[in-house]
Amino acid sequence: MHWDWQVFCNSTLSGEATACFGAAGDITYLQWMISAWGWTASVAALGFVIALFAGVMVGVARTLPFVPFAPLVWVATAWTELFRNIPLLVQVFLWYHVLPVFVPAFGSVSSFWLAAIALGLFTSARIAEQVRAGLQALPPGQSLAARALGLPPGTVYAKVLLPQALRIILPALTSEAMNVVKNSSVAFAVSVTELTLFAMQAQEETGRGLEIYAGVTLLYAATALSVNRVMAWVESRTRLPGMVGAR
Amino acid sequence: MNPFFMRCLVLFFLSALSASADTLGKITERGSIVLAYRESSVPFSYLDGPGKPLGFGVDIANKVAEAIRQASGKKELRIEYQAVTSQNRVPLVANGSVDLECGSTTNNAARAKEVAFAVNYFYASSRLLVKKSSGIQKLGDLAGKAIATTTGTTTFGQLRKLSLERNLNLSVVPAKDHADGFLLLESGRAQAFAMDDILLAGLMLNAKNPDDYAIVGEPLQIEAYACMLRKDDPAFKKLVDSTITAMMKSGEFEKLYKKWFMSPIPPRQRSLALPISDRLRENLKSPTDQPAS
Repeated sequence: MHWDWQVFCNSTLSGEATACFGAAGDITYLQWMISAWGWTASVAALGFVIALFAGVMVGVARTLPFVPFAPLVWVATAWTELFRNIPLLVQVFLWYHVLPVFVPAFGSVSSFWLAAIALGLFTSARIAEQVRAGLQALPPGQSLAARALGLPPGTVYAKVLLPQALRIILPALTSEAMNVVKNSSVAFAVSVTELTLFAMQAQEETGRGLEIYAGVTLLYAATALSVNRVMAWVESRTRLPGMVGAR
Repeated sequence: MNPFFMRCLVLFFLSALSASADTLGKITERGSIVLAYRESSVPFSYLDGPGKPLGFGVDIANKVAEAIRQASGKKELRIEYQAVTSQNRVPLVANGSVDLECGSTTNNAARAKEVAFAVNYFYASSRLLVKKSSGIQKLGDLAGKAIATTTGTTTFGQLRKLSLERNLNLSVVPAKDHADGFLLLESGRAQAFAMDDILLAGLMLNAKNPDDYAIVGEPLQIEAYACMLRKDDPAFKKLVDSTITAMMKSGEFEKLYKKWFMSPIPPRQRSLALPISDRLRENLKSPTDQPAS
């Protein structure tokens, strides 16, 4: 078996060798792969922002006292169970094909947004559980003392409980962020031209599947690793003396 | 490493090598042949219920399996079916996971670097499936609009090329598979679905309202379909070729064609009503294994 890396510098139109970054309106497979990587990164980034935001909200709601917050606790529990018990691919299809039948407005939302929303909400259920676990891991004295000082419930969470809980769950969030990068490959099923779709089409057009998949694998691994390093940096910047993860 | 283990290892690799080059030997030794099938390539190869592949290509592949059984002198040859997709069919044939793939696979030069093709058994032209109500008649009417096609097919590249050449600014929406491409058209996310006419006819056949759709436009390209097998295996290729050629000469091929293309077929018992094309008629007289264009 011989490797033929030239394939990345071939034109996507004629299949002939050309300048690696394309000449005069020609696009090479390398350029296509980089643009596909951009879609993967965008879906993952948007998905993670949605997941983090919704996940913290729902995680907090699940730890509220049952009286007088019963409806909120209820909704949060339903949210978590709904989004984590349906396979991700099925959720993507539900957003893309089923929802527009009932809510026609969704028919004109781009597949990029729908894929990012589906990925974000799926991950939000997982992050919500981590946030809940982080909050429940705190000694009860923390919230009791905050309330004894007369802080309103919102402030108790914002200033006392969440800053500690989020630090505790940072390692788990790192895994989640890396998962989002890899799970973003489901976007191919709704026509987002991201890395997985690029790999499927380009290996067919070029007949050089191994080289194409090697390139795509490298980009996925590099992206997930960068996310890992960024999260490690966040972890080291936010650690506090006397807490989990402190030096 | 102990010498005995070493010898076993060497033998193992040698046998693996020889098995990959000699499909007939492998089939005879194993007592079974692995035939690939597609899940939604009507009427070539598709499912009618779980694990029940059927179609024109499946019938031909079974005929080849029967010829292999006769050639090997065995009483029985087990047939194993393996599902393949547009994306994995070439690698799975090349690496020996399947022995023969008779579906809707285009015989072209790029693929011929990886696999071999038997004699062509169908000629398809890629055209556009549209909703009649849209009034779209040709590719030019789609300028600036969304057009779906299936990921992992040659049509995708063809559309990109045509869009640039004719300055159409098409937005090509890649579908996961043929059924998904149809869904994109049905739900209005794409204004047309570009694919081989025969596959479009098959999808239309199984639509809720076949009369709402039409196949329009000049052929974007003509493609030959053929059974795909491993490269550099002349004995196996000869057997497959001679089996199919014999069917073409004896009239059995035409009978089979009528059964799948001009009579009601499962699952809806409707007919594709697609007579033999001139190009295929020509191929029946003098069979070739060369690409169409």
